[in-house]
Amino acid sequence: MTSEAFIFDAVRTPRGRGKASGSLYEVKPINLLSQLLKALQQRNEFDTHSVDDIVMGCVTPIGDQGADIAKTAALVAGWEDDVAGVTLNRFCASGLESVNMAAMKIRSGWEHLVVAGGVESMSRVPMGSDGGAWAMDPETNINTGFMPQGIGADLIATLEGFSREEVDHFAMNSHHKAAKAWQRKAFARSIIPVKDRNNLSILEQDETIRGDSSMATLANLKPSFLQPGQLGFDAVAKQKYPWVERINHVHTPGNSSGIADGAAALLIGSEQMAKRYDLNPRARIVSTALVGTDPTIMLTGPAPAARKALKLAGLNAADIGLFEVNEAFASVVLRFQKEMKIDPDKINVNGGAIAMGHPLGATGAMILGTLLDELEVRNKRFGLATLCVGGGMGIATIIERV
Amino acid sequence: MPVIQYQKDQKDIVHLILDRPDNSANLMDGRFAEDFAKVIATLHNDKYAGVILRSEKSTFFSGGDLTMLSQVSEENASEVFHMLEKIKVSMRTLETCGKPVVACINGAAMGGGWELALACHHRIALNHRALKMGLPEVTLGLLPGGGGVTRMVRLLGLEGALPYLTEGKQFHPEAGLKAGLIHNLAQSQEQMFSMAQDWILAQSNVCQPWDEKGYKIPGGAPSHAKVAQKLAILPVMLRAKTKGVLPAPEAIVSAMVEGAQVDFDTATRIESRYFVELACGQVAKNMINTFWFQLNQIKAGSSRPNNIAKHKVEKVAVLGAGMMGAGIAYTCAINGIPVVLKDTDSKRAEHGKDYSRKLLDKQLRSGRKTTEQIEQILSLITASGDVADLADCDLVIEAVFEDRVLKARVTKEAEAVLAESALFASNTSTLPITGLAKASSRPSNFAGLHFFSPVDKMPLVEIICGQQTSDESLARCFDFVQQIGKTPIVVNDSRGFFTSRVFEKFVGEGMAMLGEGIPAASIENAAYLAGFPVGPLAVTDEVSLTLIDKIKRQNIADFNAEGKDYAGHPSDKVVDRMLELERSGKVAQAGFYDYPSTGGKHLWTGLSQFANSDLQIPLEDIKERLLFIMAIETVRCLQEQVLTSTVDANIGSIFGIGYPPWTGGCIQFINQYGIASFISRAQVFCDTYGERFAPPQLLIDKAQLGENL
Repeated sequence: MTSEAFIFDAVRTPRGRGKASGSLYEVKPINLLSQLLKALQQRNEFDTHSVDDIVMGCVTPIGDQGADIAKTAALVAGWEDDVAGVTLNRFCASGLESVNMAAMKIRSGWEHLVVAGGVESMSRVPMGSDGGAWAMDPETNINTGFMPQGIGADLIATLEGFSREEVDHFAMNSHHKAAKAWQRKAFARSIIPVKDRNNLSILEQDETIRGDSSMATLANLKPSFLQPGQLGFDAVAKQKYPWVERINHVHTPGNSSGIADGAAALLIGSEQMAKRYDLNPRARIVSTALVGTDPTIMLTGPAPAARKALKLAGLNAADIGLFEVNEAFASVVLRFQKEMKIDPDKINVNGGAIAMGHPLGATGAMILGTLLDELEVRNKRFGLATLCVGGGMGIATIIERV
Repeated sequence: MPVIQYQKDQKDIVHLILDRPDNSANLMDGRFAEDFAKVIATLHNDKYAGVILRSEKSTFFSGGDLTMLSQVSEENASEVFHMLEKIKVSMRTLETCGKPVVACINGAAMGGGWELALACHHRIALNHRALKMGLPEVTLGLLPGGGGVTRMVRLLGLEGALPYLTEGKQFHPEAGLKAGLIHNLAQSQEQMFSMAQDWILAQSNVCQPWDEKGYKIPGGAPSHAKVAQKLAILPVMLRAKTKGVLPAPEAIVSAMVEGAQVDFDTATRIESRYFVELACGQVAKNMINTFWFQLNQIKAGSSRPNNIAKHKVEKVAVLGAGMMGAGIAYTCAINGIPVVLKDTDSKRAEHGKDYSRKLLDKQLRSGRKTTEQIEQILSLITASGDVADLADCDLVIEAVFEDRVLKARVTKEAEAVLAESALFASNTSTLPITGLAKASSRPSNFAGLHFFSPVDKMPLVEIICGQQTSDESLARCFDFVQQIGKTPIVVNDSRGFFTSRVFEKFVGEGMAMLGEGIPAASIENAAYLAGFPVGPLAVTDEVSLTLIDKIKRQNIADFNAEGKDYAGHPSDKVVDRMLELERSGKVAQAGFYDYPSTGGKHLWTGLSQFANSDLQIPLEDIKERLLFIMAIETVRCLQEQVLTSTVDANIGSIFGIGYPPWTGGCIQFINQYGIASFISRAQVFCDTYGERFAPPQLLIDKAQLGENL
């Protein structure tokens, strides 16, 4: 006898530019997260005693966001001592993995109310600064064919024949869609502005959107991965893809996800909790899926993950009203669209990480919230969120409005 | 007699004297481990002021016993590991004894020799430029397992130690002093000992830098942010060089980084484990076989007639100042041999000399040579258009176009002014020497000296004996090749000799695969991943399809002349088609590759006309077809007595035509593959891809005898 896992609420911070010049650089990651926890409690008025666990994704869990930031944030937010917290790292999927794990906890019947989400201050804790054997241990690095994600993205573009113009075009649209989404207040329900200690506002909107993005400005940007490719990573790629003569390095800072700061949290629970606190179930989590794919090209996981989730749910791609495919790199989304034969008008209708940034640990939870908000606006039933993941993984989650 | 003698002088300084009784050099092996442990134990029970480690040989210490190391296997891995650990315990005891220990480096300290010196607190070397030190293990597929990795990283940091460890970079005393590897230079043995004595007597309580309190690895430990950034890309840059077929550099970097994260004793144990793994592996065995034992055999003259006195060339003439001639003249001059570079007129000859000017100018700018040195070298080259200038040359190297008539004419012209005893050599790459010698009035003085392009970089010269070439001429050729610092191999006369013949098979197979429909990029990448320096299609563009076609036509003509039919090769149709499309190669700016003025060459998109999308061929097959076809042709050369030694075959294939070094050469590739396995794989290729893969009789005979080649 399993209980359904319902989403009651989804909140997120605006995303700041993940640099010292970004608005959220001055904000401690613990504050990004604890402010969200407070808001979530105030909006839903549950007793924090009832929260079984807080599951938070964080991809570089050291320094300011090190140790177990989920539990620490609960303490800072003033939640009851009996709330537990766990921080997990599934690279870029961490935020969505938190949601999926929360859903599994609820569906197991052993827990009833779980907060899931993620946090990342990339301006304070640079990506990769946590080391790890994959990149830093020479033996592991060599034997597993380690490559930076961007080379994989360029390899996808090369194999699929996506030109620089195509990926730039996709990027420009991401900005235009995000700008329009803000104009029509598409994110209004979930955005929690970041405030200072005097309750003065620090950031209220996603910071990196360029409504005037154009092909001309995008075309001026230099390829990001040409140099590392030439230093040796292209050769690593060609060991696995020997029919490729040379990799077309099409990705630039303009058509790749932005480095960003931000946090997200969803309130997920059982029917029992819905009744206890008079919470309105907005959607149920239908299925979740994980896959592993070739770690060298690394970013081809979304399609097989989506297929796996669809199969579990007994659905077809055509049943899905809206897709959120994380815009790690333009080629990742273009390939997903091509491989799954999906109408581009159903994907990332409010833009994505190319326009708004990709705070690694939080993005998965953010895009699931965006998906839910937009399903409601468009009165669609099913939505699917998916991300490509470091190490060659893929993740997907299907939700259904209830 | 122990390999280390223990003596104490009047100043209470203990001399550990490296002097292996039954050998001309000091070696690191089981016996050394035993004797070293004994002297360390003696030291422990003795009272002394310090230690001087010195050698009684002309060299300081030669390193590991490679005969022993080439026999390491899973069965004796544990024994070798413990022997190594035992030596390292002795080294560690010496450097932590608290008393000053000085290495007096009187001669070459390579490998284990340098490692021994590193375990001393103070290193003094005789200031001779010819005195070489370093850790060449990587060039033999090994790593410096006697503490070399651990101590070099702690002395120079990860980045600083990298070239010495992963490239085997050697250094002379002055360079060592600059790099902080040597502490002091001495002008004489006596001065070195008195410096050592003075240093010892001035010390109290000595320890190594890495044993000092608060020691930090220079440049930072792997956890240091700046180092960490580089660490993610370092293995990849390395792999771009090793192509995944050379395990040693990869193991070295692993041992460096892993060792830098733990204490000294653990680091050196990690190093030993990597060492034993490499020593057990096949690649180290291939490389030790060829680059140590076989190369030494060649250096010692194994292919040279041994009853003829060593001969030194006094003056060389080079006929033809084209690319090859110019390169040969340069090579002679930098080796101190006067050379006349002759062409049809002095202007052309001067143009050939410009090549030397250009190369030397580069060395001037990089500080490797001085203006005086350059002037001196250039003064050795006489550019001439006059055949009379050849008169006093004792060796003529003919490097004119590959045209029999032209070659005959210049041979006659030269011989008219040369002394009776002068040696005449043709730098032909394909034309049989016996035929060319017909133009000579002294065919016994006539031989082939086949240089490789670019001459200044390529280490090999293929000496070709014509039917009438005398033993004395062969010996003189051999001595000359060594005189100019290159490695000679000796082959008998035949069309294409050995190297050109086997090289043709490489490019032919590449084009055959293209013709079958295998994507061009897969062929080129497979060659690269097999360890070849360049893909068959790229190198075909370099030599030009016109030349390949010319050779094919000549082959057909020669077959017909012998009354045989030319069987054809699957690459023929590719060559024909490319020439039809006017894509003859690099010179034409259009071949298998396009050569745009910017952005570098890339495969011509038009090659898709050869593609066969239904074709599924494993990458491993592409790699092995290239490796096999060359090995099989080499066996045929042995079978036909074109080659008389597997040593020359192995060295020639690697030094001359780019056969991958990890294999140990064309023949070692077969031996390490296992002759029986090689035959059965060749048979599969024969059935699948064509008769040319049929295993030659010699191979089948050897397999039946259970012998290696």
